[in-house]
Amino acid sequence: MAEPALKEESREIFDEGLNRGIEKLTSEKIEQVINAVLEDETGARLKVYVDTCVHCGLCSEACHFYVSFREPRFSPAGKVKQTLWEMLKKKGKVSPEFIRRASEIASTECNLCKRCSMYCPFGIDVAYLMLVVRRICHKLGVTPQYIQDTAHSHSATFNQMWVKDDEWIDTLMWQEEEAQDEIPDLRIPLDKEGADVFYSVIGPEPKFRAQLIYQAAVIMDAAGINWTMPATPGWDNSDMCMYTGDNEMMGRLKKAHFESAMRLKAKRIVMGECGHAFRSIYDMGNRWLAWQMPPIPVTHAIEFYYELFREGKLKIARKYETPVTLHDPCNIVRGRGLHEMARYVVNEVCEEFVEMHPNREHNFCCSAGGGVINCGPPFRNKRVEGNKAKADQLFDAKARGAKTLIAPCHNCHGGLEDIIHHYGLGLELKFLGDIIYECMEKGQGSEM
Amino acid sequence: MHDSSNWDWDIGKKQIADIGKWKDMFEWVEEPCASPDGEKVAAVVKTGDMEFSVCQNGAAWENTFDKVWHLRFSPDNRLAGLVSDMGEWTVAVDEQAWESRFEFVWNPQFSRDGSGITVAAQKERKYFGVINDVPWEKGFFHITNLATSLDGKQTAAAIQTVPFSEGEIFKFQEGCYSVAVNGKTWDRNFINVWDMAFSHDHEHVAAEVRTSLYDYTIAVDGVPWNETFLSVWKPRFSPEDGSVTAPVRIGGKWTLARNGKQIWNSSFAQLWHHIYSPDGKKLAAIVAPEFGKWTVAVDDIPWRHTFGDLAADPVFSPDGKRVACVGKEKEKWTVCVNGEPWNSMSDMAWKPVFSPDSKHVAAKVEKNGHYTIIMDGQALKNDFEAVWDPVFSPDGEKILIRGIEGKGDDAKYCREVLSLKK
Amino acid sequence: MQTLYNFVSGPLVWLSFMIFIGGSLYRLISMAVLAKKKDPLVYVYMDWYYALRSIFHWIIPFGSENMKKRPVMTLVTFVFHICLIGIPIFLFAHVILWEEAWNISWWFISDPVADIMTLAVIASCIFFLVRRLVLPEVRYLTSYSDFVILAIVAVPFITGFWAYHQWFGYRLMLILHILSGEIMLAAIPFTRLSHALFFPVTRGYMGSEFGAVKNAKDW
Repeated sequence: MAEPALKEESREIFDEGLNRGIEKLTSEKIEQVINAVLEDETGARLKVYVDTCVHCGLCSEACHFYVSFREPRFSPAGKVKQTLWEMLKKKGKVSPEFIRRASEIASTECNLCKRCSMYCPFGIDVAYLMLVVRRICHKLGVTPQYIQDTAHSHSATFNQMWVKDDEWIDTLMWQEEEAQDEIPDLRIPLDKEGADVFYSVIGPEPKFRAQLIYQAAVIMDAAGINWTMPATPGWDNSDMCMYTGDNEMMGRLKKAHFESAMRLKAKRIVMGECGHAFRSIYDMGNRWLAWQMPPIPVTHAIEFYYELFREGKLKIARKYETPVTLHDPCNIVRGRGLHEMARYVVNEVCEEFVEMHPNREHNFCCSAGGGVINCGPPFRNKRVEGNKAKADQLFDAKARGAKTLIAPCHNCHGGLEDIIHHYGLGLELKFLGDIIYECMEKGQGSEM
Repeated sequence: MHDSSNWDWDIGKKQIADIGKWKDMFEWVEEPCASPDGEKVAAVVKTGDMEFSVCQNGAAWENTFDKVWHLRFSPDNRLAGLVSDMGEWTVAVDEQAWESRFEFVWNPQFSRDGSGITVAAQKERKYFGVINDVPWEKGFFHITNLATSLDGKQTAAAIQTVPFSEGEIFKFQEGCYSVAVNGKTWDRNFINVWDMAFSHDHEHVAAEVRTSLYDYTIAVDGVPWNETFLSVWKPRFSPEDGSVTAPVRIGGKWTLARNGKQIWNSSFAQLWHHIYSPDGKKLAAIVAPEFGKWTVAVDDIPWRHTFGDLAADPVFSPDGKRVACVGKEKEKWTVCVNGEPWNSMSDMAWKPVFSPDSKHVAAKVEKNGHYTIIMDGQALKNDFEAVWDPVFSPDGEKILIRGIEGKGDDAKYCREVLSLKK
Repeated sequence: MQTLYNFVSGPLVWLSFMIFIGGSLYRLISMAVLAKKKDPLVYVYMDWYYALRSIFHWIIPFGSENMKKRPVMTLVTFVFHICLIGIPIFLFAHVILWEEAWNISWWFISDPVADIMTLAVIASCIFFLVRRLVLPEVRYLTSYSDFVILAIVAVPFITGFWAYHQWFGYRLMLILHILSGEIMLAAIPFTRLSHALFFPVTRGYMGSEFGAVKNAKDW
């Protein structure tokens, strides 16, 4: 099992956002901000959660950080103890160094995966409490540098990756041209009004993984979908502001996203294989804007693939032969219950499926989610070492024959890539779309 | 608005193009667009290997391009598209390409009467606004949110004024963005600049800005309001007195402010897309009186009827006495006028259009894959395979319907003028 | 002694019940009001079906994954809570008191069974204490108040057991039993014992979010 001693504990991780962030803080400022956030933005939920917790520690085993490090301070309630309990007890009179540590805990040691809510007998929402801590740290200007930079990108460009308006359109046209080499009459229809499907992706797709847009276009074409992609900001469905606690920006991003779809009069939004973006659109961003549910229905890629196979719109030419295992991303499994649909799709396209354990709602997070991977290199080792639980899970699946790991979520992809590398797992990592693209009958598309 | 009095308003139906046959003429035909007067229909067509053109009323433009996209008719019935030739991009208007060339152009906009066409452009990693073929003298690191004045003679955009590298979070927080109007930069930098609006005399610009990570306000001609808010949405100028209003968030609730001061007494779970009546005396906005309930508020008073999914696209009647919007409830869309929703539910509803005499409201809707026009709650005509927004005659006595009837090879684009006199 | 007995078994009973009932109502209502004001979304997303579905899974033994993973803890927890609630209500001596005072009575458990159940509660408390001291992840969360609360719960049972068996000083023990029972009752609304009041609310809300919005189970 994992070494009890945490390697990184001996040294404080330097992070520009945290270390420089606390330089300007005074105790008055801290006290004022903590109490303002608690007073103005929280209420009965927070109070009941704090009063109801009986300090039983039953949430511990839910958290991959705890399972991997076996250290109490990584248990869900342990994280609340080190942050919120202390802030409440001291009525906001805490030190700048405390805030630095609180920000680090909330932003890099909790993936907001909500697994602990399934282990706490009371269903205490620790993810919510950690978001309150992040909110306080945001208001104090103490957020890890990399994710803060991403939040800035969101605010300036409405996408995660500083992609400029023209670069986005140019990328789509480039992918369209590339795909036309394979399927001559394929189109990526830009800004087409009245399409059935408004397809949105996350910032890293045009920046680093443009082939995913290509593949999506091939799938849309083969399935004969009346679809479009927007040529305006609002194309990016991702949202790191949701994770830095900049709720106002979260709302602004989601407004731009939904209004892009509304402007194009699309009937629904279909999004690529991303988990946190789904959470942002389906659960959190819409709520900040006062939409009880998304104003335009949102379909995650898994559900969309499921539909296409169920309705016979997509056909497989030859099943994927390598045995696969499937990682259930938190935000679309605990966040949307898409696990059975994912299995349906996997079984449609793959010869052999090896379950990993635990699975479905009980799957362990990849440790990249909740914005943790977006906090960047300084926290990478902790994130990877903090998920030995996942490595064990993967080793077990591999021992039972799995050679390919399917992760239908971008952040999971990033996190699992690091885990595979770090623990020498030797698994090939793929999106569901990669495999569908590889195995499907192409170019069957109906008229445009 | 473009003067439509000289259009063909004779009652009757005219077939303009045998659009179904276009497919035989070209490798592919993209989604068509129709001119406001209904006399023209056009689409991007592929004429050969990596060769594109535009087909209008059955005849292709003589020029071909490497790529054509974003083809739209201007309010004065000119056809404009973004075209690329030999790796250079520009705008082509009625077959005539602009002289200025760029590495990329996007986000074309028209003035109200159609005489002005503006576009965002990039050349050698510098970004410009372009007005009728004339780019700003100065380019910037980055522009977004291009806005065009009503007369189409001015453009404004959010621009980056200070260079910084990725990861320089503290530099970013000092403020690296501003507004450029016709290429001329405001004196002050902000953390962020978003949606902006021109005044009705085209002289002033107001923009949503963030002055710190936490303080939002409206800046008018570079000067921010004295008050800051938890958030703001797009400002607008009053057509009456030139004052600026914007939705603002105070204490977790939204309300409306003028020149920084709250003017509506009520506060809402949401308030955005506020609009002025043409005379500037009334204000309406999309609001959520409580979480998950959407409607329109006129002068601070929300309609009683609310929608669960959304309300959007508010519009005042020309006389300012009525407001219409679209609403969605349980995945079904309808139009709502002065708080009274139409009975007819559809799969999609477009922004309602008032007649110039304010007597009628009509909207394009989609039902079961077909399109039609609904006027005053009643479906006007048969189904179409495609239809465009209805247009009323200047006297409000006639309505112009532009649509495609018939499927596949039999598809015909027609314009039809109907009399509204009983 | 008699005066003290009369006091704790008379006015203090009234007082403790008033504090318990009034305090519980106050806590529940004030939270409901606060939620309406500050967390109105709780009401929007609360869904009776999914709330009850979740509560049901968490009040039956081994109804959740975590309970299956920790069989001893699960067993102890259920035995403890059943006995904790069952004994005060169904103990013969208590039922008699109700009958004498109000002329109402109900089914009661036999004394030998009650004895075993009482021992079960005491043993459970020792288990919880040991757990708190020994398991690092629990010790880490433990504060001074956790021991006090455990004591508040354990003492009425220890003293009750003592008094029933009429061991040395049982008269004093009886008084202490009544007093400590009253303290526990009064403490419920205002300490972490209020988890008893809020369990249906927190669990039900999480069940609603998971079930109605997120289409997933939460057990």
